[in-house]
Amino acid sequence: MKTAPELTAPPAPPGPIEWIRKNLFSNWFNSVLTLVALVFLYFVITATLRWVLFTADWRPVTVAPLLFLVGQYPREELWRPGLCLLISAFLIGMSWGVWERYVKAFAVFLAFLLAGLALFPLETPTITLTIRGVFLTAPALIYLGYRLGRLQAVTGRLVTLLWIVAGALISLVLLPGIPGIPGLNTVPTTAWGGLLITLLLAVGGIVLSFPIGVLLALGRRSSLPVVKVFSILFIEVIRGVPLVTILFMFSVILALFLPAESRIDRILRALMGTVVFSAAYMAENVRGGLQAIPPGQVEAAKALGLNNFQITTLIVLPQALRLVIPAIVGQFIALFKDTTLVVIVGINDLLGVGNAVLKLQPEFFRLQMEVYLFIAAIFWIFSYFMSHASLQLEKSLGVGER
Amino acid sequence: MTASTVSTQQGKIPLWRDERFLRAATQILSAAIILGLLYWAVSNFLYITQQRGMPLTYGFLKDPAGFPIAEYYIDYDPTMSFGRAFQVGLINTLVVSVVGIFFATWLGFFVGLARLSTNWLVSRIALAFIEFHRNIPLLVLLFLWYFGVFTKLPPVKESIALPGPIYLTQRGLYITWPRLSENGNIFIICLVIGTILALAAFNILRNIRVKTGRTTHYLPISLGLLFFIPAIGWILSGGSPFWLDEPVLQGFNYKGGLRLSPEFAALTVGLTTYTAAFIAEVVRAGIQAVQKGQVEAARALGLRPSQVLSLIVVPQALRVVIPPLISQYLNLTKNSSLALTIGYQELFAIGKVTINQAGRAVPVFLMVMGTYLAISLITSVIMNIYNRRVQFIER
Repeated sequence: MKTAPELTAPPAPPGPIEWIRKNLFSNWFNSVLTLVALVFLYFVITATLRWVLFTADWRPVTVAPLLFLVGQYPREELWRPGLCLLISAFLIGMSWGVWERYVKAFAVFLAFLLAGLALFPLETPTITLTIRGVFLTAPALIYLGYRLGRLQAVTGRLVTLLWIVAGALISLVLLPGIPGIPGLNTVPTTAWGGLLITLLLAVGGIVLSFPIGVLLALGRRSSLPVVKVFSILFIEVIRGVPLVTILFMFSVILALFLPAESRIDRILRALMGTVVFSAAYMAENVRGGLQAIPPGQVEAAKALGLNNFQITTLIVLPQALRLVIPAIVGQFIALFKDTTLVVIVGINDLLGVGNAVLKLQPEFFRLQMEVYLFIAAIFWIFSYFMSHASLQLEKSLGVGER
Repeated sequence: MTASTVSTQQGKIPLWRDERFLRAATQILSAAIILGLLYWAVSNFLYITQQRGMPLTYGFLKDPAGFPIAEYYIDYDPTMSFGRAFQVGLINTLVVSVVGIFFATWLGFFVGLARLSTNWLVSRIALAFIEFHRNIPLLVLLFLWYFGVFTKLPPVKESIALPGPIYLTQRGLYITWPRLSENGNIFIICLVIGTILALAAFNILRNIRVKTGRTTHYLPISLGLLFFIPAIGWILSGGSPFWLDEPVLQGFNYKGGLRLSPEFAALTVGLTTYTAAFIAEVVRAGIQAVQKGQVEAARALGLRPSQVLSLIVVPQALRVVIPPLISQYLNLTKNSSLALTIGYQELFAIGKVTINQAGRAVPVFLMVMGTYLAISLITSVIMNIYNRRVQFIER
């Protein structure tokens, strides 16, 4: 390795006084702005702090933390959502080990969040030591998964397979239960709620809408007029109407179009609405990626004698999908926030639990500000760190691939 | 293509490798699946509706609605028809969207520019505003504004008075509002004529200036038109085209002024601040997309800072800003459907009440979705035309 002794050190960063002069008081206008902003900040911060620490009554938030996490899920069956959390934590760790930079920021954030939750000083009898233990085990499992994922034998394909198996296990066996098996009593979906529902709808919505979205995007760019017209119609109609109307359609109108005796579960209907909505936006994101693939790629593949199916699945899609990962993360964040709309069709997600908590005791009646701010804070933390992780991802993708 | 011509020379190609056949087959198959599903759904629907006796007709729109609507901009009372109620809802949606878009644009541009300020503190405050709104669900924000702020305002007797005067109370906002006096419409007509003439003069004279290079004084002439014609109108209307309608406490409530219900206020404020955060990001991205070299080149050519901004930076930034701005406007309009959770009765909320009252879920629902779709399509068509005009003609 060559050394470069003649290299001089870069100029020292400006000192704090220099920095303040340059960024806050560069001219008289900036000085006035700074002073006004300081006064504004002083009043906002002191008023907020006074309210948060002294005026606000946080009892509705602290009285039933489990309600916010899992809703009415039977307390004697709590080990099941707990196990789901541990499985997911372990697999997130493995994904981190396998796809290193793609998942790293998110996995680290999750580990810290869970550890923080486990150690949060809250004196409620419902939060037992076991529950704290589960929250503390999860970060450890993330790390364990990470070490395992870095082994040569563990490939991306294996982890994907494990995710599919775990997803099916969680959503079809562990959470709803199977009649007839001891220890796995059925839990009706009406009892599910809180963050559990919010996450299920958001993750389920994005995962299930992915294949549909890819097909629609391909359909929109297809040279077959029938396929193209149907795809465009679907995408534009869904994107032209509000999510509320789609959710409402699936929760109320859908029943009129199915055979009279069929009954679809409430949460499944909401999920179907979310998936249909998300698929249209997914299609547009994927289309952006498809358009970015230079035509030379397809021509080269044709010259090599690949057929259309092979060109799409082996050449175009792998490149296009890699390009749209950041956009999909952005869409996931939007969908995560949009799942709050399911309260309108009567599902007890995080916001629904908030509404319910306000009716828990008569003296909570006027504490909406506290409850909704708490819910806003939960969403804020998740969304902020996910978009932060997505930014990191974008950077590493940009460095690695282009 | 070449593959098929080669193989026809060798003889008949098998059906499953004939591209024309495969294309036709795929299309017929997909059409058959989609149409088949539709047919199945519709036949189920017809069977169910026949059983329950609620046919897919729109005759019920003429029946009396029978439910009250708190806010309306065209005459309405419960004896009027469902169709009328639907119109009221549509207008409510449009009103809140237009008001929201107006304020969100101003606030968004303001925050976006503040974000780019060289003053570190101002830029950080703008960033905090943006990050707060972008990372929480709109519905939670609306609940915060409505249940947390506007319904927690003091009762009428202890209302908060802001300069204006504006009174904040539990029953809504009472705002001093200018109203047209008797002869006020003369002033309005003159104002409109003056604006049109000024715009026309500005465009025509500037075109002459640009084409021939003659000095046409386009700026003073158009400004003069803009000022003098309304001034004549002002004098003609007796010197006072407006009078201030001030809310006055009478008995248990305020009389006069412009009343905004807490629902409308919360919805407007929520939609405005939420969308403004997104617009601010759009504006920031647009201005940052203008290359530094453009500004430097303009300065080197001797343009004044105001000219650099108006002739170089803004036109190029607009090119980047307009398309995402349109989609933010559409988002705001679609998001106004969340109003039903806080009790502002717009299109979707009235559609829902109509479904309960008339029991005709599908026809009402088709109308609601169709209306939103029409709003979206019309807006994007208009905006696309505008967008094509500001787009660069790339060479």
